[in-house]
Amino acid sequence: MSSRTLPLLFLNLGGEMLYILDQRLRAQSIPGEKARKDEWTDVDRKRVMNDIIATMFNKKFMEELFKPQDLYSKKALRTVYDRLAHASIMRLNQASMDKLYDLMTMAFKYQVLLCPRPRDILLVTFNHLDAIKDFISESPGILNQVDETFRRLIETYNCLSDGEFQLIRQTLLIFFQDMHIRVSIFLKDKVQNSNGRFVLPISGPVPWGTEVPGLIRIFNHKGVEVKRAEFTAGNYVTPQREGSFELYGDRVLKLGTNMYSVTRPVETHMSGSSKNLASQAKENISPNPLAKEELNFLARLLGGLDIQKPAGGETGFRLNLFTTDEEEEHAAQTRPEELSYKVINIEATQEPGRRAELSRILGELVVAEPRPGSAEKGEDLLALMDGL
Amino acid sequence: SQAAWCELPTRVLLVLTSQRGVQMYESDGSTMVFWHALDVPEHPAAHSVFARGIAAAGGRFICVGTSFGAVLVFDIPPKGTNVTLSEVLEQHQDPITDIAAEQGQAQDGAGDLVTADDSGTLCLWSTGEEFTLLGKIPGSGSSCSSVTLWNGIVAAGYGNGQIRLWEAGSGRIRAQVSAHARWIYALDLAPLTGKLLSGAEDSFVHVWKLSRNPDTDDIEIQHCHAECVTDTQVCGARFCDPAGDTFAVTGYDLSEILCY
Repeated sequence: MSSRTLPLLFLNLGGEMLYILDQRLRAQSIPGEKARKDEWTDVDRKRVMNDIIATMFNKKFMEELFKPQDLYSKKALRTVYDRLAHASIMRLNQASMDKLYDLMTMAFKYQVLLCPRPRDILLVTFNHLDAIKDFISESPGILNQVDETFRRLIETYNCLSDGEFQLIRQTLLIFFQDMHIRVSIFLKDKVQNSNGRFVLPISGPVPWGTEVPGLIRIFNHKGVEVKRAEFTAGNYVTPQREGSFELYGDRVLKLGTNMYSVTRPVETHMSGSSKNLASQAKENISPNPLAKEELNFLARLLGGLDIQKPAGGETGFRLNLFTTDEEEEHAAQTRPEELSYKVINIEATQEPGRRAELSRILGELVVAEPRPGSAEKGEDLLALMDGL
Repeated sequence: SQAAWCELPTRVLLVLTSQRGVQMYESDGSTMVFWHALDVPEHPAAHSVFARGIAAAGGRFICVGTSFGAVLVFDIPPKGTNVTLSEVLEQHQDPITDIAAEQGQAQDGAGDLVTADDSGTLCLWSTGEEFTLLGKIPGSGSSCSSVTLWNGIVAAGYGNGQIRLWEAGSGRIRAQVSAHARWIYALDLAPLTGKLLSGAEDSFVHVWKLSRNPDTDDIEIQHCHAECVTDTQVCGARFCDPAGDTFAVTGYDLSEILCY
């Protein structure tokens, strides 16, 4: 397993999250003058995007992220995104957050699976970052943060060998193993089958550096080619050009670009019964002895991140990932037990001692007003955010 | 993590590799015979640590590759747990990907073991009390993901989808096949017939036939059969019998083993 996988996982999933949130916010936005107090406007949307991106690319957060380490568990990672999605005035119900996470993970799983070369995962990441820079093009401060991370990625990853990238890819694929949630936009575009598996095309351009399959060349003991033979396999063609791994450039690869548009609402379908659920169910039900360890880490990473309460002091602007409130309610009730993330549900563990400890940590995470005696880290982060 | 059966004249051991090191079990899985821990640094290093590549060699040894590029040679007693680390071969600069022992008739001076690494470099060895390096075939930019050795022919599969045949004795290239459109994950050889099986991420499994003319020394590879495992990235492919009449395939996200 590669210990350099987490930054790529985090940034790409984050990128997908931003695509989806941007689409939903646009779909639900009302022109400024006509909006009521509890309705979304363009200004609100930009603010939410800015807040989330600023939090995501926070310098100290990035420093921690880039340290060589093992991947988090699915639960732990989901909690990170939960915090991230709530880094602004936006609120998401459990059902919407579940749907958001499902979409994010299936999208990135698809991108990893279809990467032509292992190192093209970097191009996918760059595609996400290019789009993120577009979202905050009007905020030079945040743009700087993103560029910093971009440079860090180039520094860390451009020199890795194919073998190391393949290891990273394998680490990611193991993380996504047995996830088969059906996504309507994928089903419609025929990139996903009705059983939840992705379509792997056997035509199109081969990866850069690979030859089109079909040719056998035989050499004699002097190294001279003496025979040629052909065979058929698939319907491949030579690629046009290689994508750019620089700070700016044409990535060529389309994986990782924004596939959502305002007019295409995206649904996910849970399959109630699936042969592979046994392993998932086991993962969710047995208490994870490392959960506490990971939460400590998360608590450190997110430090004393201040969750800004909306002006009205009520629950805040709620974003619905579904088309109607009724749909959201229905989704929450009908989500198959095995597929629930049981994220904040730390009570899943039975030991009273552990429960107390975890609740204490959770308490530290949910921040209200300036905390007495909070670590300097928290204050640094606040200062950083204030400075933006 | 990998698992492989190592057949030695006196016993069969199940060898497992992982990030921690190497474990060896009796063939019925009843007891762990031996384990060797890799030196894992205190804090997770930027470079991954793992063991990869397993082969039984020379009728007496089990060789295991490491991410440091070193190949560990273990001397296996006919029975019991007195396994010792006999030698550490340090010719590779990059993580070992695969190791293969001669499955047919070794040619004179050609060696009976080949080791491969992430840079595509192949090393040819003669096994024994002390292993001797007989030759080195430099890589050309693509990782050599799997390798087999038969009748002095090295068949190597690469990350860029190529299969290359090398003459073990001289290190010369004898065939180049644009076999797959993606990373080749598995190569297997049927020693009775010289059939070669290749499986890759492009969802294809191909059956080839290797041949070597003892008089003319011509080495050939022919394509026999292509099988597309729809929408599946093939991760493992093995012949089920030494003649290569049947083979089995595994893939990512696949909970079944497919038999052909």
